[in-house]
Amino acid sequence: MLENYLPILLFLIVGFGLGIVLFVLGYFIGPNRPNPIKGSPYECGFEAFEDARMKFDVRYYLVAILFILFDLEIAFLFPWAVALDGIGLAGFWAMMFFLAVLVAGFIYEWRKGALDWE
Amino acid sequence: MALSAELYYLIPEIILLSGACLVLVLDAVLGKEQWSFTYTLTQLLLLATAGAILFVDPGQAVTVLGGNFILDPLGVLLKVSICLVALPVFFYGHDYNLEHGLHKGEYYILGLFAILGMLVMASAGTLLTVYLGLELLSLSLYAMVAMNRDSRMASEAAMKYFVLGALASGMLLYGISMLYGATGTLQLAGLANAIAGQTDNTLILTFGLIFVIVGIAFKLGAVPFHMWVPDVYEGAPTSVTLFISSVPKIAAFAMAMRVLVDGMQPLAGDWQGMLIILSVLSMIAGNVIAIAQTNIKRMFAYSTISHVGFLLLGIIAARPAGYAAAMFYVLVYSLMSMGGFAMVILLGRKGKEADLLEDFKGLSERSPWFAFVMLILMFSMAGVPPFLGFWAKWFVIMEVIRAGFPMLAGIAVFFSVIGAYYYIRIIKLMYFDKPLEMKAIKSSRQMRTVLSLNALSLLILGLWPPLLMALCLKAIGL
Amino acid sequence: MIALQQVLVLGAILFCISVAGIFINRKNVLILLMCIELMLLSVNLNFIAFSHFLGNIHGQVFVFFILTVAAAESAIGLAILVVLFRNRGTINVTELDSMKG
Repeated sequence: MLENYLPILLFLIVGFGLGIVLFVLGYFIGPNRPNPIKGSPYECGFEAFEDARMKFDVRYYLVAILFILFDLEIAFLFPWAVALDGIGLAGFWAMMFFLAVLVAGFIYEWRKGALDWE
Repeated sequence: MALSAELYYLIPEIILLSGACLVLVLDAVLGKEQWSFTYTLTQLLLLATAGAILFVDPGQAVTVLGGNFILDPLGVLLKVSICLVALPVFFYGHDYNLEHGLHKGEYYILGLFAILGMLVMASAGTLLTVYLGLELLSLSLYAMVAMNRDSRMASEAAMKYFVLGALASGMLLYGISMLYGATGTLQLAGLANAIAGQTDNTLILTFGLIFVIVGIAFKLGAVPFHMWVPDVYEGAPTSVTLFISSVPKIAAFAMAMRVLVDGMQPLAGDWQGMLIILSVLSMIAGNVIAIAQTNIKRMFAYSTISHVGFLLLGIIAARPAGYAAAMFYVLVYSLMSMGGFAMVILLGRKGKEADLLEDFKGLSERSPWFAFVMLILMFSMAGVPPFLGFWAKWFVIMEVIRAGFPMLAGIAVFFSVIGAYYYIRIIKLMYFDKPLEMKAIKSSRQMRTVLSLNALSLLILGLWPPLLMALCLKAIGL
Repeated sequence: MIALQQVLVLGAILFCISVAGIFINRKNVLILLMCIELMLLSVNLNFIAFSHFLGNIHGQVFVFFILTVAAAESAIGLAILVVLFRNRGTINVTELDSMKG
């Protein structure tokens, strides 16, 4: 019973071990020349320490909107991939049609310049 | 049935979806200058869809795709009329967009997707397809209202429409989840059987029914779920208001028929009571508040609310003849409403909307013919014989009396008389007041022709109402 | 073991919170969008609970569709919000009052 979990134990040991070894190696071998900018915490596009209730650039919203839309097709792709054996060719082409509709939307957003940052 | 045989009945929807995607891509690839091409393609696509619906018409009820999709005479008639009503709507809308520099292909593309949603609703066999069709329609409409991105009013209207619409969708969904929980099925036919067969879950069923009714009432714009109607009608560009006020009403009727009649006929006793309240409140609020309006788009919004009250009368009768009368009403209403907004478009010019009542002052001096056209439209909306609008009111009121609600019929007659006041006020403005300016009306010959035909159809069909009524009766199966 | 009633009560509470949020909130349109999202999720909870206890898969299929529609809905909502902010410079609910009557 318990020995079934041996691979997981091994995996944990190897995982932790590798992580620790790499850390230690990096600490001793790597060059260490800190400066204030390098040492400051990094956050994409913002100052790290300021009021959290700030205004975001409106372009983030656009990216967020597009992300939401094209992200959720996965919700259909996973069950489809699992059930592909059972639903046959018709199921395959149904999904292809769905993806084609998505591609049409993608071409539209591309041509309208929604993907350009500037 | 094999899948290919089942897909045969979906050809119209497949044509419309593929075509809409094609128009979307072409519009984006060809760029801004080609948007009249988008318009032409849209009209051709609508014609092709209407033709395909008639082509695959099985002449009886056919259920495909595991019960999700029903094609019956009711669905066929509603779907064909949705496509055919959309043709002149896009025509008027195109005229407005040209004049006001709203050069956006999205108007047509979103319109096509909205129509696809309506077709799905009209053919819905399960609550899932009802919901998906409804959302496809609503989401397209929210975006359409916000289409003019520089208009403060339009963006505010879109936000209100969106929030209230999403709230209504949520209510509807909550109701659907209750119905599903009480019966264990999403199929409308199965739902009706399950409701008829059980007596122990009535509390959950009624609970679900209330939420579903709220959703439907919102989409129709019945009081007290009408808050969005005036703001959206006023704030949206007139071409969009024109679209929202005409075609989706047919789809909302289809949805009410599918959910209440196909799915919950055994609960008719419960939903009759709720619809009576909605109907009476709509007739009162719509007709009374409309009197106080100075903006004609807002006045039409309240007029729509009162028309919805009348439309509900036919459904309240809860009998096939009543449904046919309600269907007659909604078709006539879409013709009248389309004509009314087309008149607003006709009088408007570049940079100036003719959306105030005073813009109609002295129209008979500026253009006697179009004053007459507006007269036909207003008399028809007010329900003056022999125009088509009179017969629409006549049929629903007769059905309500036959179903045993003479009080309700009395209220309906009383408030249609009150409502006649503000329609006739416009006629007074046109014929007895001095015009604010004597500019001639500038418009294309096609616009004049289509609008004249639209109004004259109300007169001609009104002279022989059994023509349209026979179609409705046949679709209901009488 | 969790009973059906408990899940339904949780769903109803979440639903009420979201509806109350839409009506009480007077400050920020963005919060309205969150309330709408919460409302759809509470309905999802109902569907999954019913689906589980009825042993019927249709409810879960419905949930998939609600999830996608919710994504499309919030996308449209955000888009309208951006347009609204550009036009008016505020997303304060109480200032959405230019049309009356």
